[in-house]
Amino acid sequence: MAAFNFTVNGQRQSVDVPPQMPLLWVLRDTLGLTGTKFGCGMGLCGACTVHIDGQGVRSCSTQMSNVAGKTVTTIEGLSPTGTHTVQQAWLEVDVPQCGYCQPGQIMSAAALLGKTPNPTDAEIDSAMRGNICRCGTYQSIRAAIHRAAQGGRR
Amino acid sequence: MSAIENVKLNRRGFLKISTAAAGGLLVGFYMPGKGELAAQSANTIKNLNAFVHIGTDDLVTFIIHKPENGQGTTTSLSQLLAEELEVDWKKIRWEYAPINPVYGAGLQGTVGSQAIRSTYTPLRQAGAAAREMLIQAAAQQWGIDKAQCRAENSTVINTVTNAKLSYGSLADAASKLPAPAANTIQLKPATAFKVVGKPTKRLDTPEKITGKAEFALDVVRPGMLYAVVARCPVTGGSVDSFDPTAARAVPGVKHVVQIPEGIAIVADNTWAAMEGRKALVVQWNEGENASLNTASIREILSKAIATPGNVAKRQGEGEAALATAAKQVEAVYEAPYLAHAPMEPFTCVADVKGDSCEVWVGSQLPSVANGNAIQASGLPANKINLHTLYMGGGFGSRGGGAYVTETVGISKALGVPIKVTYTREDDLSTDRFRPASYMRFKAGLDSSGKLTAWTARVSCSSFAGLQNGLDREGVAGISDILYNIPNIQVEYREPGIKIPTNYWRSVGHSQNTFFTESFIDELAIAAGKDPVEFRRELLADQPRLLGALNLAAEKAGWGKPLPAGRAMGVAAVNCFGSFNAQIAEVSIVQGKVRVHRVVSAVDCGQAINPAGVEQQMQSAIVYGLSAALRGNITFEKGRVQQTNFHQYEPLRIDEMPVIETYIVPSTNNPGGMGEVGTPAIAPAVGNAIFKATGKRVRRMPFSLETFV
Repeated sequence: MAAFNFTVNGQRQSVDVPPQMPLLWVLRDTLGLTGTKFGCGMGLCGACTVHIDGQGVRSCSTQMSNVAGKTVTTIEGLSPTGTHTVQQAWLEVDVPQCGYCQPGQIMSAAALLGKTPNPTDAEIDSAMRGNICRCGTYQSIRAAIHRAAQGGRR
Repeated sequence: MSAIENVKLNRRGFLKISTAAAGGLLVGFYMPGKGELAAQSANTIKNLNAFVHIGTDDLVTFIIHKPENGQGTTTSLSQLLAEELEVDWKKIRWEYAPINPVYGAGLQGTVGSQAIRSTYTPLRQAGAAAREMLIQAAAQQWGIDKAQCRAENSTVINTVTNAKLSYGSLADAASKLPAPAANTIQLKPATAFKVVGKPTKRLDTPEKITGKAEFALDVVRPGMLYAVVARCPVTGGSVDSFDPTAARAVPGVKHVVQIPEGIAIVADNTWAAMEGRKALVVQWNEGENASLNTASIREILSKAIATPGNVAKRQGEGEAALATAAKQVEAVYEAPYLAHAPMEPFTCVADVKGDSCEVWVGSQLPSVANGNAIQASGLPANKINLHTLYMGGGFGSRGGGAYVTETVGISKALGVPIKVTYTREDDLSTDRFRPASYMRFKAGLDSSGKLTAWTARVSCSSFAGLQNGLDREGVAGISDILYNIPNIQVEYREPGIKIPTNYWRSVGHSQNTFFTESFIDELAIAAGKDPVEFRRELLADQPRLLGALNLAAEKAGWGKPLPAGRAMGVAAVNCFGSFNAQIAEVSIVQGKVRVHRVVSAVDCGQAINPAGVEQQMQSAIVYGLSAALRGNITFEKGRVQQTNFHQYEPLRIDEMPVIETYIVPSTNNPGGMGEVGTPAIAPAVGNAIFKATGKRVRRMPFSLETFV
């Protein structure tokens, strides 16, 4: 066990956990931030995607020792009111079905738009192919990312 | 899934109106034969099978008895309730119903694409009854005849004076009025629908984009511990012996306990429990499946279809008609085991105290989950309090089975709240699978290319349990094929493989439609006819499937020139009360199948939420396409060889075709939409591959073949 200091959604946190404990389970079980989901534990499905210092990462495969001193944003912190451009676009396109993978999808999309404000379909495919949706909402996800990009241009 | 398909769920009962404990008007709908429930105290709101509550604050709460699996029931059932209630959509709230037999004749849940089909009439009646009582209450207050009142947008309007009273202000008075009898309620004709049939935004989206939507994985209870279970890697095996020492030594691990299903490792967080399980030393009794592998399964199935089976259907001269055919065509088709792999692995939270058992779970069948909680806790039904949560997908798998039994059992053993989480590896290794299947076809064409004889012999493990040596799902879509064929013989053989099976989105149709619609394509080629034209001739007296086929062909531009390397394939299916035709446009890119576009036309009767129909069509196609392209569960020494998404990889966004959904306008009673889109995609793609390459694909998944 070791103490790790980091920032989550703008709040400083200190947790006493094993260094190899994945960030996912620290967020969910230690800090009670359950919006970030568990889907595979191997970085294969993207359900656990969060931002570390603005980059989209798979929290299930990120050890706490690599998070110390860093700034983490989860779905709960993307926008305090749930009105981030990406969330608004998701609402307008009505993307989710079962909804389980959507926090990860939204975090990946927000990371993409942070770097590439107006992505092509190919850029969306490349950035989003790490996020699996078993309900098959991909067509709506593409549409919502384009919509968010247009909103961002205003 | 289809177990309740033949049960007529919309039998007319009578409406029971009561004053809710919280005040306001509560309207319930009772099924017949449940008189004892009607006699329950009107004030026990938790036990009332109510569908509508109108609060004095003007808020309307719809009580939804069909769990949300992603298929949009919370929204579409609310539309049904709202249609007759004349309610302001912005004032709607919804909550899940408690467990009560009246919600599903003992099987409360969402299976068999039944959510809308079974509620189309009763939910509109419930809404209409509430509306009539509110109108009556207003008429009494104004001292006028109720014929001089009408309801609109959560208010009752006095048509003489234009005065208005809000539903909230009338709720208490309405609740004291007698209920209108179900048979006196006039329902609107479809032409007057204002809510039903209109594309409607989902009610569950706002909480699903903020991380607030609660799945069982997200439930936290005071003092709760986190568990994973070590289960025998061979299906049907059991614990021989175990040494908990190393597991207990893992930081955070609190308990290592044996339960009937295996060894539970209980810790103060999920990851510690997983680490504890890695350290656990356990010897298994691997049981009768220890030597089973995919090669031996394929041999069993291929032998099974070599000799006659039990006759599921015989029409005309049956097989004998083959002898007189001008041309005989024969082929053997094959499909593998498939896992469901919903995004949320199975999870459950239970808190068993001395005389109470509280359970939080996402389940397609909350009544089954409840039954398992009763059994595992040893407590009577009235001591169980089951909370239904969102499901992170189910597709037939999330019935409320072992994951509930295990969680309740561990909580009972330890006396603390427990959350059991399945890892993806647990999910794939312990799933109850869509069974592998073999089918042998022989068909006969006459000298003009007309299909005169159709015989099919299938072998797959039973989905639903055998009846008279037959499995209803094993022959689904074959015995009841809509094509007009004078001579038909269908046989089924149970192969005796001891791998547990389960319903998988579209069930028997998920494989049988690939077989039949690919083979029909072979017959069209053998007859020298266009595959769409060949089907049209066979569907001359089936207007609904023919209508879907014609619409798909028109929208896809069937027969028109395509870019170089592209080809189209068609398939059509009738299942779950709906009719669907799909046309897939594919090419082969570096030896791999690429699906560019899918045009899908569906006749689902009256569409409740056309936006939801489109969502379900896309969802069902993606699910079927994942299976068609590479879905394959294989066994070696009784162990599932696919451990995670790198080996059982669903379709990803960069492989997503453009899907166009067209709804055939209809006012027929609604058909199911959750599953109808899954069966046709595999044969549509397979038939397009044939068109593109000349190679007939007779085995799923297509990744097993090489294409040039």
